Parts: sequence; structure tokens; C-alpha cells
Amino acid sequence: MDSMYTMILRFFFYKTFRLIVLIAAVATISFIMVSHSPIDPVDAYVGPAMIRVSPEQREVIAKRWGLDKPAFERFGRWAGQLAKGNFGVSMIFNEPVLSVIGKRFVTSFWLMALAWSLSGSLGFILGLTAGAWENTLLDRGIRLYAYTMASTPTFWVGMLLLMAFSVELGWTPVCCAWPAGLSAEQATFWQRLHHLMLPAITLSLIGIAKITLHTREKVLEALQSDYAIFARAQGESTAGIVYRRALRNVALPAVTLQFASLGELFGGAVLAEQVFSYPGLGRATVEAGIRGDLPLLLGIVLFSTIFVFTGNLMADLIYHLVDPRIRTTSEGLS
Amino acid sequence: MISLTLDRRTRTLTIIFACLILFSGIFIGAWLYGEKGEITNLTMRKLPPGWGLPFGTDWLGRDMFARTLKGLRISLGIGLSAATCSAFIALVLGLAAATLGKTVDLVITWLVDVGLATPHLVLLILISFACGGGAKGIIIAVAASHWPALTRIIRAEVIQLRSSDYIRLSPRLGRNPLWIARHHLLPHVVPQFLVGLLLLFPHAILHAAGLTFLGFGMSPHTPAIGALLAESMRYLSTGMWWLAVAPGLALVVSVKAFDIIGNNVRALLDPRTLRE
Repeated sequence: MDSMYTMILRFFFYKTFRLIVLIAAVATISFIMVSHSPIDPVDAYVGPAMIRVSPEQREVIAKRWGLDKPAFERFGRWAGQLAKGNFGVSMIFNEPVLSVIGKRFVTSFWLMALAWSLSGSLGFILGLTAGAWENTLLDRGIRLYAYTMASTPTFWVGMLLLMAFSVELGWTPVCCAWPAGLSAEQATFWQRLHHLMLPAITLSLIGIAKITLHTREKVLEALQSDYAIFARAQGESTAGIVYRRALRNVALPAVTLQFASLGELFGGAVLAEQVFSYPGLGRATVEAGIRGDLPLLLGIVLFSTIFVFTGNLMADLIYHLVDPRIRTTSEGLS
Repeated sequence: MISLTLDRRTRTLTIIFACLILFSGIFIGAWLYGEKGEITNLTMRKLPPGWGLPFGTDWLGRDMFARTLKGLRISLGIGLSAATCSAFIALVLGLAAATLGKTVDLVITWLVDVGLATPHLVLLILISFACGGGAKGIIIAVAASHWPALTRIIRAEVIQLRSSDYIRLSPRLGRNPLWIARHHLLPHVVPQFLVGLLLLFPHAILHAAGLTFLGFGMSPHTPAIGALLAESMRYLSTGMWWLAVAPGLALVVSVKAFDIIGNNVRALLDPRTLRE
């Protein structure tokens, strides 16, 4: 038992080390990239009001942001503050980057969580169904859907849903995460749910594709295994084999895949939030990119890296802790 | 007697051929017809799809069909060139990782991990910002973010090959490493590479379209399909559904055609599924 704990400890130690190296690399690379950008942050910040801003005013802005210093020195200061947990101040929101990310992420979190669980459960059920009844009309239908969704842009699905349900039918609101005029705290749970339903459905319609195809493959594999053939020889029905024998074997890779696909979920959320004007982290990313808010953009890059890393870590952990085949061997956690 | 049931190979070739015709249709159509999409005709504004105007007209009376063709051509062009660059990066890095020794392998494997560490779309936004936007920015962004997965595949393939008996035997027969790379490794990697390249196209095109939709890079003079759809967004509330439906559908069809080509070429090149 003792070795189990040291193993877990070593596992976390190793993962933390990897995360730190990764963050350092991503921070360095992204800083080099943005500092070579031909887009002048002052121009991007001032925007259309460019003509009305005098050179002196521009110098004041540049000085306040420390843009008059060489890139190397700026990087040193930024990295030093970063190590202390200070991500700087967002230019467009005029607020510390961490508090912007925090607030926006909470808004996005509910959207992503709903979409993630919807696509996970529906995709899993569809995959099971398609795999159990291979080459039937049902299977073909599900496969056609999944393959088509894999080549459909998220934002277009969002636009179609928006047109059908918000504009034509008027069932769902056209924009935002809560009714206009209210703040996030004042909106009731149902109002919030009403607003995030359509973006979440958009995300899950697309997200279903991968998990469905993956689960279907695994079911086909499981149905050809010895235990399934043996069960069939004993007179078990297909549904019985899938439900009683294959289900647990198939569930594990599905859960792992779902955790490992957090990066795509994040990317999808950026597009869906843009279509539905949902004020989450995705929209903040786009605004930071278009208006040249470097501290926020870099902060979001680092934050999303940690987000994806956490997803992969969860996938790893679940695999190691849940799967009895790996759990009993000592090489499992390495 | 001519049988109407084609074997797998013939069917696959027919499908590939049909998809190629579709693409040449888009490119030739955009070349012949695309400029028409820039003519504004205020007497024919906001017409729904009908005879002669299959995709309707927009708020300035421009022919949406012509605009879609041109937008598709731009988006496909961007996606194709980006995916090709990306695949070549993957080929070079994958081969290098598998053949140039342990240190290079460690560095490249780590680079792949770093490349996959940030969500694709965030990375795309970052790189396109770093390049200052524009079509060039989008091509570089897509090319620089899509190589890690294919690098992994090629590296694994070469490492597996190198441990096979006939390649381990080859140096003892007096072959130098270059000869082995040329005559033993390359023929195995080329099909993998081609399929990887083809299957990269849909991703690249979709990501390029997503990036232009978000408003990165494209000026109104190069109306890529994403920018076209972003413009249409503003007119959705007025009930002009055809501005979004038809161009989007055209994008889905062409992306799916690339996906079909990729999967069919894979079936063709894999000896196990060649004739079923």
C-alpha cells in the first residue's frame, strides 16, 4: 500500500514539473511571437480614433505600458511578475488579467460543462447503438451524421440554430448570457439556462461526432472479443452483450477521450460565443486578439494551456485509477 | 455482360474522380463567374433564391452564388496551401525525430507536446495576431499549428519500420543509411504522408474559415467564405436566411468532399483494404 502512495506522489510531482516546463515554453514562445507582430498595440488600442490622437498622447500611452523599453527587458519584467502570479492589467477591460479571465471563465464554464456532458452522454449512447447494430440502417444514419458533423464548421451550425430558434420561432434569446439590463448575479438560474441552451446545443451537436465514432469502433472491437463470443454462444442477445459485457470496457476510453478533447471544446466555445454574443472567455479571446490587448491575450493563452493540461491529466488519472488492469501493475504510473 | 456492381477499387476511384470534378468546378466557376459577385445591383436587392439566382442576392444586390464561389476558392486555396506546408513540416520533423538520434527525438517529441498543449483556435488567434493578420497570417497560423499530430504518426511509422528485420539486415549487406532511407523507408512513409496530407485539408479549411469568421485578417476585398458568413450574421435578424444557409452548405460539401477523398485514398493505398 505504501508503494501506491509514493507512486501517486511521484506521478503528481512529475506532472507538476512538466506543467511548469510547458508553461515556461509556451510563455516564452508566445511572447516572442506577439513582440514580433507588425500590429502596433497602441494603434490597435486606439482603433478608429487614430486620427484624433496626437503623437504626444501616443507616447504617453506607450510609456505607461512600458512599450518604450526593449523587448528583452519587457519579457524579463513580464516573466518575473508572472512567476509571482501577476498576469498584468488588461488594456481593453482596464482590470487585472486574472480577474477578467476568472469572471469570463465562470460564464464560459457553464456553457462548456453543459455542452461537454451533453455531447459525452449522447455521443456515447449513439456510439453504443451504432456499434451494436453494425451496418444496419440505424448505424449508417448515425455514421453519416457523425462524419458530416466532423466537416461542419461550428459557427455555421450556430448561425442556423440562431436563425431557426431565435429569429424565426423566438423560443430563445438572440444574444448574451443573461437578460439585458440585469447583471450576472441578478439573473435567475432559469434565465441563465435559457440563454446558454442554444450555444451549448451548438457545441454538443459538433462534439458528438468524435465520441460517437470512437465508441462505435470500441464496441465493434469488444463484440469480436472472446468474452462476447462466449456470451453469444450461451444465448445472450446483442443488447445484453453490449449492456452487460461491453459497456464497462467501452466506457473507460470514452471518458478518457472526452477529457482529452477539452482543447477542441475550448476552440468550439470561442466560435459559439462569437455567434451568440455570449460574454465568456471565448469572446474575450477574440476581442483581445483583434484589439491587440497583449496582456489579456497572453494570459488567455497560458490559461487555456493549463485548462487543456488539466483535461489530459484527468484522462490519465482516470485511466490509471479506474482500469484494474493498469491499477495492479506498478509500471502504471510513470 | 457488364455488371453494374463495381468492385471496391473501381468504386473508390469513381468517388475520388467525382470529388476532383467538384473542386475543378469550384475553381473554374470562381475564375469565370466570381467577379460577378462584386457587381452591386440596387434594383435586385434582397432577392431570395430562385431561377437564375440559385443562392439569391444580398443587401447590395450582389449575386450570392458568385460570391460564394469566389469565397470558397479563396478559403480552399488558403486551406490547401496551409495544409501542404504543415504536412511538409511534419514530414521533415517526423523523419528527423526517427532517424537523427536520441537528442533530436527528445526535442521534437517535446515540441509536438508543446504544439498540442494550447487549444488550436487560441493558437491560431495568437499566430495570426503575430503575423499581423491578412491571408498570409492565416496561412502561417494554420500551417504552424497543424503539424504536431502528423509528425507523431510519421515518427511512429518510421521507428516501427526501423525495427523490422529487413531494414536491420540492410546495413550488414553494405547499404549506407541514405540508400536505406531512399529505398526502404521512403516507399513506406509516402502513402502515410499522402493520406495524412489529404486528411489535413478538411481541418485546415475549417480552421481557416473559423479564423476569418472571427474577423482575423481578411480585408473586405478578399471575401473568404468565413468573412462572407460573418457579414451575413448581421442580416440574420431581418430574415434573410439564404445569406447563411447556401454558402455554409457549400463549405460543408467541399470540406466533406476532401474528407471523402482522404478516406478513399487511404483505403486504396492500404493493401489490406485495396480489394474487398
